[in-house]
Amino acid sequence: MTVEKKAILQKFPRSPDVLLSLLHALQRTNPQNYLTQEDLKLAAEYLGLPLSRVRDAVSFYTMFSLKPRGRHIIRVCESPNCHLAGAWSVVEELKKTLGIEVGQTTPDGLFTLELTSCLGACGVAPVMMVDDEVFGNLTPERVREILRGIRGAG
Amino acid sequence: MRPARLHVLVAVDAEAKLSGVDRVLAALREALSQYGLSEEVRMVETGTLGISGQGVVLAVYPDGVFYGQVKPEDVREIVEVHFLKGRPVERLRLPTAAPVARPGEILGRQTRVVLRNVGVIDPENIEEYIAQGGYEALAKALFGMRPEEVIEEVRRAGLRGRGGAGFPTGVKWAAVRQAPGSEKYVICNADEGEPGTFKDRLILEGDPHRLLEAMTIAGYAVGARLGIIYVRGEYALSLRRLERAIEQAREYGLLGQNILESGFSFDIEVRPGAGAYVCGEETALIESLEGKRGWPRIRPPYPVTHGLWGKPTVVNNVETLANVPDIILRGAAWFRSLGTPTCPGTKVYTILGHVRFPGLVEVEMGTPLRVLIYELGGGIRDGRGLKAVLIGGAAGAFLTPKDLDVRLDFDSLAGRAAVLGSGAVLVMDDTTCIVDMLGSILRFFRHESCGQCVPCRVGTDLLVRLWEGVRRGIAGEEALAWMTEIVEAMRQSSLCPLGQSLALPVRSALENFREEFLAHARGEPCARCQAQGGH
Repeated sequence: MTVEKKAILQKFPRSPDVLLSLLHALQRTNPQNYLTQEDLKLAAEYLGLPLSRVRDAVSFYTMFSLKPRGRHIIRVCESPNCHLAGAWSVVEELKKTLGIEVGQTTPDGLFTLELTSCLGACGVAPVMMVDDEVFGNLTPERVREILRGIRGAG
Repeated sequence: MRPARLHVLVAVDAEAKLSGVDRVLAALREALSQYGLSEEVRMVETGTLGISGQGVVLAVYPDGVFYGQVKPEDVREIVEVHFLKGRPVERLRLPTAAPVARPGEILGRQTRVVLRNVGVIDPENIEEYIAQGGYEALAKALFGMRPEEVIEEVRRAGLRGRGGAGFPTGVKWAAVRQAPGSEKYVICNADEGEPGTFKDRLILEGDPHRLLEAMTIAGYAVGARLGIIYVRGEYALSLRRLERAIEQAREYGLLGQNILESGFSFDIEVRPGAGAYVCGEETALIESLEGKRGWPRIRPPYPVTHGLWGKPTVVNNVETLANVPDIILRGAAWFRSLGTPTCPGTKVYTILGHVRFPGLVEVEMGTPLRVLIYELGGGIRDGRGLKAVLIGGAAGAFLTPKDLDVRLDFDSLAGRAAVLGSGAVLVMDDTTCIVDMLGSILRFFRHESCGQCVPCRVGTDLLVRLWEGVRRGIAGEEALAWMTEIVEAMRQSSLCPLGQSLALPVRSALENFREEFLAHARGEPCARCQAQGGH
């Protein structure tokens, strides 16, 4: 694992301005979608930054997590446009079907439910992202269907 | 190879992807080859065609026919009936006067400058951009103009920043050129986060070379050797297309050492954000680029003298830069022939919500709101009435039907000019609850406040609590008065536009829809709020 991570680090110049890109890359290697203390140390050492500086940055951005998350991250857009199109009913359906609140992970470790600001796909509101994929024109029925599809695929 | 008889443009963007465009493309490729049309009919994968909510969209030229909601099983019919027999397939045809123009053409009331190539060229192929006159402006600047002359041309054109404040671009460039120091930077702000807008994404995905060309011209003008594009971390496709475009430009000698043997060297790098709305503010963006949390800096000094790494830095928005190549190539006088005397040029909008044809449009500065909604947006859908328009996204203003004749330019909007930048136009019909909509905005700001300055950190939280009280009917008129007072304090004392701009949506909502707020406060919520219960 550490060998793989070191290989990732080598792709970046040792300059503090690549910190976010580097953290994105490290986070992607973890199936639980988060940054471990080890990752933060690796990044700090590689870029010659104090660990506190790296932690400070990580804690600021919503796309990074310091806690283990589910294998799949569901992000529901809650910006005004999606809100107007009924995003709240999508959130309610997800909470009910997954049995968790926003910010929590299902006991089987499969899904984490999060809210996000505008995903720039407003033409098909309401919208959610599951990992890197955007799903639009959502209804409670379609949400159930999508979840079934992902569960089926494992 | 023969010139193609027909061109089929296939919009490949996030929306199309989730509607299954890949399967449509595969079916199209197969059908064309099966009918021996592969040479006669040229398929071009392009950025958006400016139409939203219509699934997979195809445009066929020179016929100018647009198809929407195209499924793989429809492809055979389109190929047989339209491409072979020349009869458009009416059942799939879009009813809209499609908001896309061929280069140089004007369709309806649209004027395409920055979107000229979007949906027309293959963004992953530099040669298509060059074939549309791409990189000619760069050559003209490098070989025919001194840097000062480039700046003067932009200044005379009257180009103003499309990011929000409307600051004259030429003046900004001149300040960076004149700032002492040999190390300077050009930053493109592509951290498009304003809810309800995606125009920058479509430029990044549909015409990335235009941006690279513009940044290189800016670098030449101000004396920078490095440009950086800061893109939202969520915009995966934009990041990929930009990387690809940069590689191609380097291969063609249009980026890197000694560009076109002119002696000028310039390179561009792409950096992803990581989910923080405040990073759209230029000094927060610079902090983030330096690998820190995106906390806005106290100004002055401004980035033109103390920007990235403390060096003189130009920060321009995507749409602003996208105007530059045409200004250099066609001249300031041409640019001034568009728009209004004090706000020349065009503006891109995303018209969304309860309109018949949601989507992306580009019109001249000064176009009335009514034209956007009723002509380009096709009016309110389902025959309903217009209740409000939220213009400018979450940091925008609620307008009412009596504001429909307001002209959209920096001067006519006066104190509300900041809402112009994002170009978000969210149209709400008479079933909409404004109390509910304002709640969505307030929660957004509470989440996105960076927490650095007290007025914004505390103010955004107080506003959500007061709003909750009103909505549940347990707080009265004085809660509304407090809300007004809080946003005014935030406007005066917040460090950056995030906290300052909340006054716009809150005041415009409370002033224009006061009775609705009072009714909720009295414990008489509208049907919509009742349905949502304790949400």
